[in-house]
Amino acid sequence: MTIVLLFIVAMITGFASVLDEMQFHRPVLACTMTGAVLGDMTTGIILGGTLEMMALGWMNVGAAMAPDAALASVVSTILVIVGHQSIGAGIALAVPLAAAGQVLTIFVRTITVFFQHLADKYAEEGNCRGIEMCHFLGLLLQGLRVALPSVAIYMVAGTDTVNDALNSIPEVVTRGLQVAGGFIVVVGYAMVINLMNAGKLMVYFFLGFILAVFTDVNLIGFGAIGAICAYFHIQTLQQNINIEEAAKTGGGSAIEGDDIDDSDLM
Amino acid sequence: MAEKKVTKDDLFWVFVKSNFLLGSFNFERMQAMGFCVAMMPILKRVYTGDDLKKALKRHLEFFNTQPFVAAAIMGIIGAMEEKKANGAEISEATLSGVKVGLIGPLAGVGDPIFWGTLRPVLAALGAGIALTGSLLGPIIFFVGFNAIRLATHWYGVMYGYERGTALVENIGGNQMRFLTEGSSVLGLFVMGALVAKWTSVNMPLVISEYDNSAGEHVVTTLQSILDSLMPSIVPLLMTFACMYLLKKGVNALTIIVGLFIIGIAGYACGLMA
Repeated sequence: MTIVLLFIVAMITGFASVLDEMQFHRPVLACTMTGAVLGDMTTGIILGGTLEMMALGWMNVGAAMAPDAALASVVSTILVIVGHQSIGAGIALAVPLAAAGQVLTIFVRTITVFFQHLADKYAEEGNCRGIEMCHFLGLLLQGLRVALPSVAIYMVAGTDTVNDALNSIPEVVTRGLQVAGGFIVVVGYAMVINLMNAGKLMVYFFLGFILAVFTDVNLIGFGAIGAICAYFHIQTLQQNINIEEAAKTGGGSAIEGDDIDDSDLM
Repeated sequence: MAEKKVTKDDLFWVFVKSNFLLGSFNFERMQAMGFCVAMMPILKRVYTGDDLKKALKRHLEFFNTQPFVAAAIMGIIGAMEEKKANGAEISEATLSGVKVGLIGPLAGVGDPIFWGTLRPVLAALGAGIALTGSLLGPIIFFVGFNAIRLATHWYGVMYGYERGTALVENIGGNQMRFLTEGSSVLGLFVMGALVAKWTSVNMPLVISEYDNSAGEHVVTTLQSILDSLMPSIVPLLMTFACMYLLKKGVNALTIIVGLFIIGIAGYACGLMA
């Protein structure tokens, strides 16, 4: 029964990993669901929270692909709960798993090119069902590429061979990984900041940093202050645009302004 | 000839199918099949026979943008296809032009808003609560993110269809710039706070140790010196280093492995704990 449920959960995370819509592949959800299926949701939630912090900046932008959070979350939860490993070990295992998952999804995304050409043929025939089938077969493969390895590892997790292998990792490595776990998240932050390509806006980053260092405001408070900063920033921007427009039209009314130089934004 | 009209039902199904845009993502034409499948309810409504075949083929062309804002493109193209089916002078080249032309600007707005701000902020909030073992963390992230995501899909399809190409002009306008830049400000502000709050680096390496005049044992560690200068300075510098490496094109996983090695080496020689 557990295997069936695990299979379903792993399929859902696999679907989500390519769709990137519902976010079931994100560690905070994937580990929670896996933990619930394996009978220890609390451990799943805590591991999920830890991994989520690490994976904060893992995102699919353009054609670039993120490390695979789905396989990493499901399998490391299995190893922590069924294989009785520490959360620290779970974090350590998640990284190679994310790389392995990335290889698998690249493989599936390559195979799907074949379905793409099959869909072309169905289009010639005006066969809508056929195109839909090609589309959803691609999705199905993405589910299976997470579900099959997960179930396989569930079956061997907790056996002496696997436990011995995991326990043979020296303490300096597991403790060192836990130490690194404290700051590994900076990679994610860096990815997010790079995506926003901040330039002059970096001043807001420093403002947030300084406030966090010297005050006890919690994250919700930071969200609120950040929103207020955004409001004032837009106000200033609007004023600048009005002035620019006024200068351009020789003092006329300035409401529309579509041809503003966006070079410092993107 | 009776006018061909897209129904509310058709738009609803475009909305539903827009949630599966990336299902068959592949390296050749990326979201092409997903886009074609999402457009089907409209295409099947307004075209038959050879026209339908042609329409299916043109929407199997390359497509790739941020998946939530793609819904707006579906709405806009849907409106254009409807006009074309009713005899308007819209060539296939125009349709492709509008579609491909929208990919860049919409991704430029969608990526920083959804991937750069909304998800990291909500995920960090949810994960922070999850660390205490509370189910509230995952729930906040799931409900918060999906409510905004579904609203974007829904209004994207509906407004896109209603406004049609009129919406295209808005995308280059100030509103979008305000939205993008405003959310960047919020995102960067929260990122700055996260770098300070949600990282931990402890360097207990002892620099000096002595008994002061009051007879107290005073231990000065590397960390206590750093804390007196600027707490969280190490994670801040690490973040900058990562930004630099990522810009140089170093793979994120390589950097993560590198940080793991730093952690292990730092622990082994007593520099970090």
